[in-house]
Amino acid sequence: MDIATGVLLGIGLLFFTGGTLGLIRLPDVYSRLHMAGKIDTMGSICLVAALFLYEITTFDLAHVLVGLKILLVLFFVFIASPTACHAMVDACLRAGLAPWVKGGQEDEP
Amino acid sequence: MDRMFLYSGVYIALLMLVSLYRTAAGPTTLDRLMGANAMGTKTTILILFMGVVFHRLDMFVDIALAYAMLNFISVLAASRYFLKRGLGDRP
Repeated sequence: MDIATGVLLGIGLLFFTGGTLGLIRLPDVYSRLHMAGKIDTMGSICLVAALFLYEITTFDLAHVLVGLKILLVLFFVFIASPTACHAMVDACLRAGLAPWVKGGQEDEP
Repeated sequence: MDRMFLYSGVYIALLMLVSLYRTAAGPTTLDRLMGANAMGTKTTILILFMGVVFHRLDMFVDIALAYAMLNFISVLAASRYFLKRGLGDRP
C-alpha cells in the first residue's frame, strides 16, 4: 500500500510539474488552457487517490468515513475542473482572441 | 510516510509560485483567471496534505471541499462575466 501511495504521488507531482511548465512556456491562451485544464485535473486525481490509499490503510469506521469524503473531493474535482476550463475557453472565443499560428499572424483576414 | 506528504506539499507550494507568475504577468485577462484557477486547484491539494501533516485530516477534508467549491464558483462567475461583457484589454 505504501508503494502504491508513493507511485501515485510521483505520477501526480509529475503531471503538476508538466502542467505548470506548460502554463509558463506555451505561446497563447488556448494551449495554456489545455495545460491548465487537463494536466491539473489528472495531477489532482492522482494525488487525491494517493491520499485515499494512505487514509484507508488503517481500516476502521472513522478512517473509512474520511476516505469517503476524500473520494467526494476527487469526484468534485473531476466534475468541476473541466467545466471551469470549458467556461474559460467559451469566454476566450466570445472575446475574439485569435489562436496562435506558426510564423506569425500574416494569414489572418 | 508523513515526511513524504510534507515534501510533496513543499513542492506543490513552489509550483504555486510559478503559477503566481502567470497570474501576475499574464498578457490577457483570461491568462490571469487561468493562473488563479491553477493556484486554487493546487491549494485544494495542499490543504489535504496539511491535514496529513497535522494529523487532523477529518477537519481539513471539509476545508478542502469548501475551498474547491469556492474556487469553482468564482472561476465560473468570472468567466460568465467576461463572456457577457467581453475582455477589457482589447481594442
